Amino acid sequence: MVTPLSIIKKKRAEAIGKIIGGGYLSTKRVYVGMATCEIAAGSQEVMAVFKKAIEEGLADVYLSQKGCVGRCNLEPTVEVVEEGKLPVKYGKITPQKARDIIERHLKRGEVIEEWTLNNLEAKAQKGIREYAVTLCDGPGCMHKNSKKLAEKLEQELKEKNLDDKVSITLSGCLGMCDHGPIMIVNPGYTMYGKVKEEDIPSIVNDHLINGRPVSRLIVDEDYLFNRFYRFFGDVNFFGKQMRIALRNCGISDPESIDGYLSLRGYEALAHVLTEMTPQEVIDEVKTSGLRGRGGAGFPTGTKWEFTRRAPGDEKYVICNADEGDPGAFMDRSAIEGDPHTVLEGMIIGGYAVGAQKGIVYIRAEYPLAIKRLEKALAQAKEHGFLGDNILGSDFCFHIEIRLGAGAFVCGEETALIHSIEGSRGMPRPRPPYPSIEGLFGKPTLINNVETWANIPVIILDGARWFSSIGTETSKGTKVFALAGKVKNTGLIEVPMGITLRQLIFDIGGGVSDGKKFKAVQIGGPSGGCITEEDLDTKIDYESLQKAGAIMGSGGMIVIDETSCMVSIAKFFLDFTQNESCGKCVPCREGTKRMLEILTRITEGKGKKGDIEKLERLGAMIKKASLCGLGQSAPNPVLSTIRNFRKEYEEHIYEKKCAAGECKALIDYRITDKCVGCGACKRICPVSAINGAPKEAHVIDQAQCTRCGLCFDTCKFDAIAKG
Amino acid sequence: MRVTEMITIYINNKPYEVSSGQTIMQAADSVGFRIPRLCYHPKLSIEGACRVCIVEVEGIRNYVASCAYPITPGMKIKTNSRELRQARRDIVELILDNHPQDCHTCERDGICELQRLAYSMGIRHRHFEGERKHYEKDLSSSSVIRDPDKCILCGRCVRICSEIQKVNALRYAHRGFKTVVMPAYDLPFAESVCTACGQCINVCPTAAFVEKNYTQELFDKLQDSALIKVAQIAPSVRAAIGEAFGLGPGRAMEKESAAAMRRLGFDYVFDTQFGADLTIMEEASEFLERIQSNGKLPMITSCSSAWMKCMEQFYPDLIENVSTCKSPMSMTGALTKTFFAEKIKADPARIFSVAIMCCTAKKYEAARPELRVNDLAAVDLVVTTREFAWMVKSAGIDFLHLQGEEFDAPLGLSSGAGTIFGVTGGVMEAAIRTAYELYTGDTLIDIEVEDIRGFAGIKEGKVMMDGREIRVAVAHGLGNACNLLDLVRKEPDRYHFIEIMGCPGGCIGGGGQPYAGSNSIPLDQECLKKRAEALYGLDRDKTIRRSHENPEIQKLYREYLGRPLSPLSHKLLHTHYRPKEPRGIIPQEIKAR
Repeated sequence: MVTPLSIIKKKRAEAIGKIIGGGYLSTKRVYVGMATCEIAAGSQEVMAVFKKAIEEGLADVYLSQKGCVGRCNLEPTVEVVEEGKLPVKYGKITPQKARDIIERHLKRGEVIEEWTLNNLEAKAQKGIREYAVTLCDGPGCMHKNSKKLAEKLEQELKEKNLDDKVSITLSGCLGMCDHGPIMIVNPGYTMYGKVKEEDIPSIVNDHLINGRPVSRLIVDEDYLFNRFYRFFGDVNFFGKQMRIALRNCGISDPESIDGYLSLRGYEALAHVLTEMTPQEVIDEVKTSGLRGRGGAGFPTGTKWEFTRRAPGDEKYVICNADEGDPGAFMDRSAIEGDPHTVLEGMIIGGYAVGAQKGIVYIRAEYPLAIKRLEKALAQAKEHGFLGDNILGSDFCFHIEIRLGAGAFVCGEETALIHSIEGSRGMPRPRPPYPSIEGLFGKPTLINNVETWANIPVIILDGARWFSSIGTETSKGTKVFALAGKVKNTGLIEVPMGITLRQLIFDIGGGVSDGKKFKAVQIGGPSGGCITEEDLDTKIDYESLQKAGAIMGSGGMIVIDETSCMVSIAKFFLDFTQNESCGKCVPCREGTKRMLEILTRITEGKGKKGDIEKLERLGAMIKKASLCGLGQSAPNPVLSTIRNFRKEYEEHIYEKKCAAGECKALIDYRITDKCVGCGACKRICPVSAINGAPKEAHVIDQAQCTRCGLCFDTCKFDAIAKG
Repeated sequence: MRVTEMITIYINNKPYEVSSGQTIMQAADSVGFRIPRLCYHPKLSIEGACRVCIVEVEGIRNYVASCAYPITPGMKIKTNSRELRQARRDIVELILDNHPQDCHTCERDGICELQRLAYSMGIRHRHFEGERKHYEKDLSSSSVIRDPDKCILCGRCVRICSEIQKVNALRYAHRGFKTVVMPAYDLPFAESVCTACGQCINVCPTAAFVEKNYTQELFDKLQDSALIKVAQIAPSVRAAIGEAFGLGPGRAMEKESAAAMRRLGFDYVFDTQFGADLTIMEEASEFLERIQSNGKLPMITSCSSAWMKCMEQFYPDLIENVSTCKSPMSMTGALTKTFFAEKIKADPARIFSVAIMCCTAKKYEAARPELRVNDLAAVDLVVTTREFAWMVKSAGIDFLHLQGEEFDAPLGLSSGAGTIFGVTGGVMEAAIRTAYELYTGDTLIDIEVEDIRGFAGIKEGKVMMDGREIRVAVAHGLGNACNLLDLVRKEPDRYHFIEIMGCPGGCIGGGGQPYAGSNSIPLDQECLKKRAEALYGLDRDKTIRRSHENPEIQKLYREYLGRPLSPLSHKLLHTHYRPKEPRGIIPQEIKAR
């Protein structure tokens, strides 16, 4: 009998055939990162080098683009994959380096160690290995002594002189706690379960020395996230991550539906259409414990159920891709790297709630994401995953793309709906909630990009498995855009329950430039700062809130001692004030007054009572504003006051900015170390420095604009800032 | 109708039985808690923007806007806790902090909702003062001035313009602190789709919208002894002006108004109701002519100046359906500068013709070039009820204790039919009273046409005239008018005669009427009803209730015009309209119309 599942299996076989026909079985496969960020870093030029080489006769090489893998500060990235060997991952590749890779690696088989991610990355194990062993260090496995296993393995490898041939990485929870402790050996992705200390010698001997996996320990379960691990599990930055939403980002060509199909794409949809009633789908999502990844964390299944139960035949499904937090790029990367996942999630959602139409609301500033989404839509239509009678079933569903003009507030669901309807994007009071009365007054299900991307995994790998990852209240993973003063910046997806310390210091590699950690800002303009003291806070909705931040959509900015917390609060408030839709008084007027107070504090004009005014306004704005934008706008201010009150007080009462960021509160003075070289005098843009050659110079404080150029220029450490 | 269930809610710890299906604000209102409010208006959609009406609800972390939040059984609400009072106070202070501190010189000093609110919130100090927004005033319109500096962004104007009037001339622009209400693309009012109806002024809690004020100019003219100062006053002014002097709505003050006009210095005091009777003569005749000669039907009335502009820009296809009759104001003005000027043997250029109107759009109408007579403006200057009341106060006239006086002949005598022009359905009723008798030659016994009275948005009625069924419809407020005309576009034969008034309630709800006092809200339904009742009362008290029975009208035709629709009538009392391009509105909204 022809079922959606049988159709999809056939399609997958065809897709794999096509990929192989395209040269996939060549000895070497080269993947070049081609997301907006990679392109900005120069990946198009790198790609051109490889293309040209192949045109000019470079044989036995398969070349493909891929989405963003999330290694921001090491882009552009290039992978060279060879069967039976650990994939080689290069970072910071220039056209010249690409030419060298062609000559040395592709033609002569020489891995250029110094350009590999492992070599470039902070905290990574250096060197080229033959095997990469990953030990699950999630709470379940840790409980079962995974640490001990690691030690034992290390010891065993040392004894056998294998320690430079095998790398050991500790991962976050892999969601297979029943089989724990888990050990994965790459290449080949052999997964061992229930590994005991006494098993280590045979693993080392049989597998790592003789290349024969220990079959009695093998766990034969295939999870979607594994595919990413196969490529990247040995890199410390990725090893601790768990890729569910971003499972295909960076390992597949986002513009090829065949690539997606080969990775079990649209199988979840086919499964749902073949074997599940809409209610069963909703129950599955509810069981998974998935909560909205847009920020507020509302239980996704419950939202679906509300929409399904809302009276009315005409319903809508919306994907909120109006990512607007400064520094956040999770949604862009997800769509650029794997657009079909989002579409598949939406189609399943449409089936579950009884909708006929879906809309992706995406900001117009994301041209590449839009282009890939459009391409994916066309491909999905062509394959019959969208349109009437999807995969031969009775279910009909259509998706269209609507572009937003970039208003931050349009991420708020009622404002987003108004924007789609053609009105100004302004929120309205809820209830009624969109699930009852949404787009054009019809019941509407709105989820964000990351939430949708989780759906196919929940269907295929099961709600029970999904809910085994994470904490009591927060299941699965969360994507963060890790940025700021951290060594490894990038897009990361981690299991819930991992601590901030692990995230920043293990994955992020700690604070850059040897500076001291001061705080981490989570949740962007709606979030708050967490200090050293609370770094052991677990990533979950409730714990982060308790610590004074929010999960938010995933912005995470590491702040070091050189940043002024008042200025940071001011930065975010300036953003929200400008982005306030102007509708409700607390947000429109209140944030303006708070901003004025912060501005005067940073300008050295702070007054007694200013902190109290900030607190009074902040508390009111949080509780009285109409929508989430206003309700969370004071958070960056209130959390910095709570954690750094002394810094505010220093600004106000001592007119001092310890971080040296507030220009009005610092001055530059030339000390007696000055040798009169004149460098500062030459560079000063306002001619504020005087002094004869070889005599001590002096800064005219009235002229000085505190630009700091003299400070940076002086080679004799003769300029004091304070 | 569904029977509403009674449920118990707790307000400030005490239980109250209230009907289910209400918002917190409605439920609280029903048991005597008037939660402070600002952006809320019962006739408009829920905005939830000002956050003044916030309350605490047990189990909900944030405050909720009581105007928007539905009650549930057992809900525990606090309206007046210490924390809430401070939050509400701070919210109102934030509004004040971004508002000019010029109350003493503001046109709405003493009758400003924001002032009243600030007082009741107990704001005696400012904590958060800082920068204030600044935008230039829009002085382009002949009727309505927009002063964004005084705007507190409650959005009532935006909503009334789009929801009640469906003109969509106003919208929000910019974001954050710079948010402002303006026509699309920042087009000046004068060039925009604004119909000058002035409903934005009516609902504005502050002076962000006011009429273009001509009182100083008028005071100057009244001092000019070289001029013959002639005034006319619209029917609905007398039904509302008492409110400006602290009286409750519904007091008819016709004779006091005439006396006050004389005391202000007018040489002749006429009544627009005379013009209304004349309009009926012309319009009823035009209608009968269309009926008899298979002319374009339905015929649509043309008295309302805001409606005329609305029609020209949004319904140009219906221009031929609109009566060619000028409005009563313009007819009275035209006769003032012709018939009356001849009668007193004066140079019409020396006559200064003033209209006291309930309407801001009449200022726009008075300036329309096509309504000029012998190259003179028929009406030189229009003041609203509000401006007139202010002038009376400013001139030290004791309005409330004035001995009533009669209007002057020949343009001062009117029938009851002319009086009810001021209320929705009144023109139609007046027209039926005359058309019936002109057509059938019989006397209409039941002259009070109940079907078309009242405040339903669209009213329909039927009259049998010599066995012929005449189907009529009445709409008030431009939004209702648009709904009705959309129906007409679909079913052109549905009606024979349609009355349209631009303002809700008709002229009694005009954009120039007195502001709501401290115990009422703008465009309050009860207030409109009482104003209507005042006019119906005046009509009932008159012996002459049909326009064609007005002896001065009969005399005018005998001595001057000849007959309705005569060439002279056409020259002085009729006009034609031209399509206008709708501007200052986003194309989508024109399409949506």
